[in-house]
Amino acid sequence: MSRLPLEKKVLSENDRIAARLRERFLARQVFCLNFISSPGAGKTSLLERTLERLRPSERVALLTGDIQTDNDAKRLACFGFPVKQITTGGTCHLDAQMIERALADWPLESLDTLLIENVGNLVCPSSYDLGEAAKVVVLSVAEGEDKPLKYPAIFFKAELLLLNKTDLLPYVSFDLAKARAYALQVHPGMEIIELSCKTGAGLDDWMRWLARRRELAFGSPDLPEKCCE
Amino acid sequence: MHELSIANSILEAVRKERERLNGVRVTKVGVRIGELAGVDPEALSFGFGVLVKDTDLEPLPLEIEFTSRRHECSKCKHVFTVVDYQLDCPACGTKETRCIGGDELELAYLEVEEP
Repeated sequence: MSRLPLEKKVLSENDRIAARLRERFLARQVFCLNFISSPGAGKTSLLERTLERLRPSERVALLTGDIQTDNDAKRLACFGFPVKQITTGGTCHLDAQMIERALADWPLESLDTLLIENVGNLVCPSSYDLGEAAKVVVLSVAEGEDKPLKYPAIFFKAELLLLNKTDLLPYVSFDLAKARAYALQVHPGMEIIELSCKTGAGLDDWMRWLARRRELAFGSPDLPEKCCE
Repeated sequence: MHELSIANSILEAVRKERERLNGVRVTKVGVRIGELAGVDPEALSFGFGVLVKDTDLEPLPLEIEFTSRRHECSKCKHVFTVVDYQLDCPACGTKETRCIGGDELELAYLEVEEP
């Protein structure tokens, strides 16, 4: 009997496809975000409010993952931006291959931003790299404030925490300060924005983060025109 | 419950390695899972057992090494295991420490029969 060391990633096949996607996004200057939360935290509402605030000329597209139904794609399609539903048929997360397949007939050169709404699940999606520039985790105040401690993987891997449904704070026992402290315990330096998709509070901060983060990755898509003025 | 998908990826990797090693008999597989990987070792063991059953790889025990979060102090370079989210350096007390491990999801080794 002999022991052969392997030292390779279990998800090396997924990571290989994700690296290929990341290269394509980089070459075409497509800024890609991967939104992760438990079911019902408000990912789709957040994307609706985001699309509402974008100019129709902005080159944004969305992929939305669910186990069943194309309800989310229908909700998001009314804003005029291209949307595609990925129905996983039981799988609890999106993987890089699903993204590559969904993008096969989409010309990436016509896009500046790709927003991916993962399947509602705070655990499984955190293991799968989709080639995104950053993961964004959404936590609603209708959940427990100790979610970051209970599900450290996603809070560790996400760059930004959006604390959603702050309009419900008077009615729930959610401790905002504790939630922030727990998130920072798991991920020191994590960026956190409080917002309400219902009242619109905090949405400007989120839109600024989106623009700033995109600029950090590729520079502003509007820059060449402004330079010419 | 993505542990079944993870278990399947482990089995695929084992098959690939076996092919590379000219069909050698694999007797054990070892994986390393960090506490920040978001993978439940028990569910993984269960899923792996279900997938291996009644295949040519059976019996194939899976050994899981569960690794803790590890930080390195940016000042005194002390390396320590993080317990209860205490991220400050236990040696010099500084708050500036960085994560150097604990999110592993790796195939560590294969045990094979000598030809």
